[in-house]
Amino acid sequence: MLVPALTLVLVAVPAISARAQGEEVPRGPTFGARALQALVDGIQFGVIIAITSVGLSLIFGTIHLINFAHGEFVTIGATFAFFLNASEAGPGWHLIPAAIAAVAFGALLGGAVDRGIWRPLRARGTGLINMFIVTIGLSLLLRHVVLVLYGTRPASYGQYDIQSTIGLGPAGITPRDLTVTLLSVLVLVGIAVLLQKTRIGTAVRAVSANRDLAEASGIDVQRVVLFVWMLAGGLAALGGVFFGLVEIVTWDMGFKLLLLMFAGIILGGLGSAYGAMVGSLVIGIVAQMSTLWFPVDLQYAWALLVLIVVLLVRPQGILGRAERVG
Amino acid sequence: MDFSVIVSDALRSGIGPIAAIYALAAMGLNLHFGYTGLLNFGQVGFMLVGGYGLAITVSTFDGPMWLGVLGGIACAIVLALLLGLPTLRLRADYLAITTIAAGETLRLFYRSSWAEPVTGGVFGLQRFANDFYALSPIEPGTYGVWLVRFSSRDLWVMIVAWALVLVVGSLLALLIHSPWGRVIRSIREDEVAARSLGKNVYAYKMQSLVLGGVIGAVAGMMQAIQVQSVNPDNYDPAVTFFLYTLLVLGGAGRILGPVVGSILFWLVLSFLDSALRQAIDAGYISPDLISTSEVGAVRFALVGVALILLVAFRPQGVLGSRKEMVLSGR
Amino acid sequence: MAAETVVSNTGRLSAIVPEPGVRKPDPLLVLDQVTRTFGGLIAVRVEHLEVQRGAITALIGPNGAGKTTLFNVVSGFDRADGGRWSFDGQPLTGSPAHRVARRGLVRTFQLTRTLARLTVLENLLLAAPGQRGERALPALLRPLWHGQEREYERQADALLDRFRLGPLRDDHAGTLSGGQRKLLELARALMARPVMLLLDEPMAGVNPALTQSLLGHITQLRDEGLTVCFVEHDMDVVMGISDWVAVMADGRLVAEGPPHTIGRNAAVVDAYLGKRHDEPEATTEKEKEQEKEEE
Repeated sequence: MLVPALTLVLVAVPAISARAQGEEVPRGPTFGARALQALVDGIQFGVIIAITSVGLSLIFGTIHLINFAHGEFVTIGATFAFFLNASEAGPGWHLIPAAIAAVAFGALLGGAVDRGIWRPLRARGTGLINMFIVTIGLSLLLRHVVLVLYGTRPASYGQYDIQSTIGLGPAGITPRDLTVTLLSVLVLVGIAVLLQKTRIGTAVRAVSANRDLAEASGIDVQRVVLFVWMLAGGLAALGGVFFGLVEIVTWDMGFKLLLLMFAGIILGGLGSAYGAMVGSLVIGIVAQMSTLWFPVDLQYAWALLVLIVVLLVRPQGILGRAERVG
Repeated sequence: MDFSVIVSDALRSGIGPIAAIYALAAMGLNLHFGYTGLLNFGQVGFMLVGGYGLAITVSTFDGPMWLGVLGGIACAIVLALLLGLPTLRLRADYLAITTIAAGETLRLFYRSSWAEPVTGGVFGLQRFANDFYALSPIEPGTYGVWLVRFSSRDLWVMIVAWALVLVVGSLLALLIHSPWGRVIRSIREDEVAARSLGKNVYAYKMQSLVLGGVIGAVAGMMQAIQVQSVNPDNYDPAVTFFLYTLLVLGGAGRILGPVVGSILFWLVLSFLDSALRQAIDAGYISPDLISTSEVGAVRFALVGVALILLVAFRPQGVLGSRKEMVLSGR
Repeated sequence: MAAETVVSNTGRLSAIVPEPGVRKPDPLLVLDQVTRTFGGLIAVRVEHLEVQRGAITALIGPNGAGKTTLFNVVSGFDRADGGRWSFDGQPLTGSPAHRVARRGLVRTFQLTRTLARLTVLENLLLAAPGQRGERALPALLRPLWHGQEREYERQADALLDRFRLGPLRDDHAGTLSGGQRKLLELARALMARPVMLLLDEPMAGVNPALTQSLLGHITQLRDEGLTVCFVEHDMDVVMGISDWVAVMADGRLVAEGPPHTIGRNAAVVDAYLGKRHDEPEATTEKEKEQEKEEE
């Protein structure tokens, strides 16, 4: 479903951008225009966070584990695509196949981590709190493996690097960013359809709602958990490629995004996939809109403020069930 | 390869100022995690406000050092209250998320251009601990036995830091073996039961968070003093992960766990570091595989592996008992 | 003196009319219009309930009747949506769990909550009220609390002997068997010096011999002047020891009376006995939900 859409949009891009170069819309100097621009940027940022955080939230929903290594899945997706696409040592693929390969790699990594670490630990009876600590160990490990292999230098992909903006009223967006945003929305809709309409999606929701009941009614919980890990790994990788595309690829990008993902899933309601989507979108918008009043280097800090305010007023989040969490 | 250098590096690291400082910070974390069951993933945030509290008071405002120490402690108390207020009534995972996010946000905040007039932004602050070194009774020079030698400055920091470890450790031992400690440990086991027996669990968790946070802040001050500098990028979340590694290594929920853990941790880490560098220099490891500049990263990756293996195979650490760990259901 | 009061109190119960919400001669716990809903589902709606001082009151009803939820609300582990309740003449409405316990209303749990990595003795000592060493600063000064601690240790040892847990004094509570944990939890609750005990299904999952022993302990405690209220769904257990039975169904109080009258009550037979015998072990979704809520 994704591949044709991706190709279609990216083929159309050169035509649009060529047209855009001629009549570039200058960014409006007024506050309203800047606000609109920040909103557009925020939505774009928000949907990318949403893609990465849905998996994190689904993992929490099914096995109650908070995967502190989730940011590294994002980084690995982005850097793996970079290796295939633009690294001197790599095969120099076009970004689209490289991105698809990165998503596949992310899914495999997610599956490998479930089979190789979580399942044996569950079998050993390792408790949840200790599992949290294992995830920080995994985070350290993966992040520094990436650092050794990728290095500290930020880099961009080989394609779609520099583009002119096309006008959206007083705001503007590059064709690349527009494509990424639309694709992200498409992916999110795809996840929703997957969860609502397919057998495996129903099984995932059943396990999230009540694991024991799901198991008793014949659902293979281990398989569902494996699926969730693979889905989460693939989505994280895709989010990484998107983020690397619109911003830049760095060895610690995922860890930086992790904070925003956490803010997003807590805002939306821990464990709810749709909550993660909505919450992340809000966080993306908050982060970008904050730059209207505050320095850019503080934009991530406001996400935490949102997180704390949410915990104070409505700890179950926007879409979370109104149950006692204490 | 020069083995005497490797051994020297390892030993110096194992008993050196850094090991003492990490032991101290991990003692605070031990109170949180090992005794109260609070999953604080942002201990580095307490170290940051401690170090900066001291540095800002002295460097930016020309205040006396004792005021800086008080300032750092006050900042840690405020931070603990801010973190605990919304999260301590919620499940453990909320605290974990909030603390890791708060630690990182503090770092971003302190390094921002907005805060630069006070914090020095990305450049940090330097040379604020002269008063500390002026107090040193040790004549300049180097001291030591066998392969282990320290400068008089490091020796002074070491003495103070290990003395703090001793004092804090003794205080914690007294607290843990008192009725207060019994309540704290009961919260770790089952906070619902503690509440049903009339204990104000929220208040105790808050006291634990504040106390452990202050201990972390003191460690942060010693760290800042040791290098005469604070820089936001030294307060990476990975510091907290190191603290967890050495805490689990030594044995969480044991008074001496952080001490034994920190000594072993730095001993092994420096041994690996030194051995890797030497092996690369001597050509035993191809620079194409790992270059000297990548040794630091390799080291971190190994810490990650060690943490995973420890939790999987010896979650009770060096000092803990397997039997108790089984009872914990963690 | 205590024994005399008790005799008269339990005796006086037989004189009153067995109907739901009836006034008692000497009520210790009084509930008024207590409601609790879960997402539109009414779990508890009790208009009026009084629990007689010095008596054993059984709160029975089929699974999902709202007994545990009512317990949770009164003991401060759950929030009511409305209503008032008072204990020993003083309002208790909305008090958090630890304050409820300090007032002398101490509860136990259906699934025992022993503190696994504390010793059996420590489990008991924890419950002792008003400990000077429980404040952080005095805790550092051993002489301030050492004497009190010794005294509490003596009391704890006496309780452990009473419940035949003496030999296990220094073992981790996590190593105890299920039955021993039940006894430990009861001993621990007593260590908190309760005026009234709320026992949530104390006999659930316990072998017949231990059930008899627990019943014996509970009666003895009543005879010593303690007020006991316990939740139970097994009618047979209730008949033997309770002085008074309150029956809940679908969140409401449907009947009250001395045990021998309850079996004949039409409302009880309708709401409870019939269903109960059709599906002996059925646990409804709502009850599961409530158990989760407790976690």
